[in-house]
Amino acid sequence: MTDVFQLLVAGLSIGSIYAMAAIGFVLLWQTSNTINFAQGEFVVLPAFVMVLFLTVFRFPFAAAFVATVIVSTLLLGLLVKKVLVERLLKMGVLPLVIATIGLSMLIRYSLQQFWTPLALPFPAIFSRQPIRVGGVIFSSEEVMNVLSAAIVIGTLQLLIRRTKLGWAMQAVAQNRDLASVLGINVSRLVGVTFMLNAALTAVAAVLIAPVYLVKYDIGIGIGLKAFYAAIIGGFNQIRGALLGGLLVGLVETYSAAYISNQFRDAFALVILIGVLLLKPEGLLGIKEEWA
Amino acid sequence: MRGWRTLGILVGAVVLLLFPLVLEQYKLYLASLTLVYLILAIGLNLTLGYAGQISLAHAGFMSFGAYAVAILVPLGVPFEGGLVVGVVIAFLWGLVLGFPALKVKHHYLAMVTLGFNIIVFLVLRNWESLTGGSFGISGIARPRWGPVRFQSDRAYYYYILGWTVLVVASAHWILHSRWGRAFRSIRENEMRAEVVGVSLRNYKLMAFAIGSAYAGVGGALFAPLLTYIDPGAFTLDRSIQFLMMVVMGGLGRFEGPFLGAVVVTLLPELLRASEGFYLIIFSLAVILMMLFMPKGLVEIWDWMVRKMTRRRHGPAHPPAPPEPAAVLEPK
Repeated sequence: MTDVFQLLVAGLSIGSIYAMAAIGFVLLWQTSNTINFAQGEFVVLPAFVMVLFLTVFRFPFAAAFVATVIVSTLLLGLLVKKVLVERLLKMGVLPLVIATIGLSMLIRYSLQQFWTPLALPFPAIFSRQPIRVGGVIFSSEEVMNVLSAAIVIGTLQLLIRRTKLGWAMQAVAQNRDLASVLGINVSRLVGVTFMLNAALTAVAAVLIAPVYLVKYDIGIGIGLKAFYAAIIGGFNQIRGALLGGLLVGLVETYSAAYISNQFRDAFALVILIGVLLLKPEGLLGIKEEWA
Repeated sequence: MRGWRTLGILVGAVVLLLFPLVLEQYKLYLASLTLVYLILAIGLNLTLGYAGQISLAHAGFMSFGAYAVAILVPLGVPFEGGLVVGVVIAFLWGLVLGFPALKVKHHYLAMVTLGFNIIVFLVLRNWESLTGGSFGISGIARPRWGPVRFQSDRAYYYYILGWTVLVVASAHWILHSRWGRAFRSIRENEMRAEVVGVSLRNYKLMAFAIGSAYAGVGGALFAPLLTYIDPGAFTLDRSIQFLMMVVMGGLGRFEGPFLGAVVVTLLPELLRASEGFYLIIFSLAVILMMLFMPKGLVEIWDWMVRKMTRRRHGPAHPPAPPEPAAVLEPK
């Protein structure tokens, strides 16, 4: 029985990181109809940047973290929006899909070629001291991961629910033309969303790096999990992406422990396909109008 | 225009028939591979380009053809028999996978097919008794018709070329039948298509299944070309590669897959001299192309065709005479 609880925390820990990537993914889709195939690399690049600040520039941890978030926001948020999205948004979904596929390859192989093909170690952020509750031992790193993710996602929810910016984002998500008529600067809002997403992936990067190590190709797996999470939970709901992320993390952890490590990726997929067949808008998703 | 087209086809035919006679082994292999990819790209262009349904499972469908041939030929089944089995399996799975396509929108279909491709990969890797697991199947024989064997690389190239001609001709036929018109009407406006009496359900399913069947043909030809297959040849990356071919070539244009298959297959080869940098250059090229030529390489193609016809016939559209002023004035 103790295993079950330990795995629960482990699954929630990895799941909350997937959830952050998935939420960013959903935000991008909502405001700009971008299916970001580079979302995994959007997590990997900040992890490398963080290593750069920590080991080369020898920043203290907090400063390195802030610097990483800023660099990520400018590079993966502002720059990508200005250079790629602004131009391609008018062309429909597919050219942007191909461009983000290109972007993911560009980031992945540039890191491999210009930096290192090897896995870089990453310092643990939180102490690895186990916490004992009753007879159950939890890893404090995992507990802290869950808490950090909860704070970040909670703040984001508040931002979207309670601020003018958040209302504007909701309006654009519901009806882009109408939002524009009402005086919302849609293009600027798309930019803000891209920057928010980049900040989210930077936080996810710093949390996931001690777990996976920092390697140029780990983004493939992370990006896929974010996709699964977004679909399972619902493409048009932040709560959905949160639920999806946690589910993917839990299913992955439990199936690896109890069923088969080889098929660990397959179980999340089975849920994915089941959801798509039975409730294609996702567990918490709302049916979109046929467009 | 028509004359140029016939000339183009003739020149293309001569090049495809004669050029391989002088190619060395590796280049011959690349030429054969380009033809196989062309078949796959034509299939995806039917599904995505004409009927507007995104598929990221094309490599999965391809694996059905490849494994059918690799498994059945050693049991004494002729190559063409294996091909037909593979194509039928791909077609049927295309129907199964096309089914959710009836209910869901673009991005969901991308995810269903993406998931399907990964599941196919996992099954191929783990069903060892049938597929040989991650070691794959080696020593796949090339087809033979009684005394005629397509064993040498050159002979097999011509064999693939024969199938390619069949595929191109059948795709051309499909697109100019009422099917093709129905596919296009669905892509342009689903509701209008349904109102004028196109049965969305059947045509959408068919567009998906036929595209998948073409992938089966490509896969069946692919296996004996390499004589060795393993699950790694049918990953999601490969499906994405086909997607790039079709979009970079030009969606929903008959010329598109030709341009896309050639560029996506041969560009990395040309860049190989740059060692590790070729993937970086390739991905940059993809991004730049989308930025400046989002309709695909057919834009260059159209521009060249326009230039050539103009040189011959003078300006294609002489400037229109100025409209009478009275018409322009508001009443």
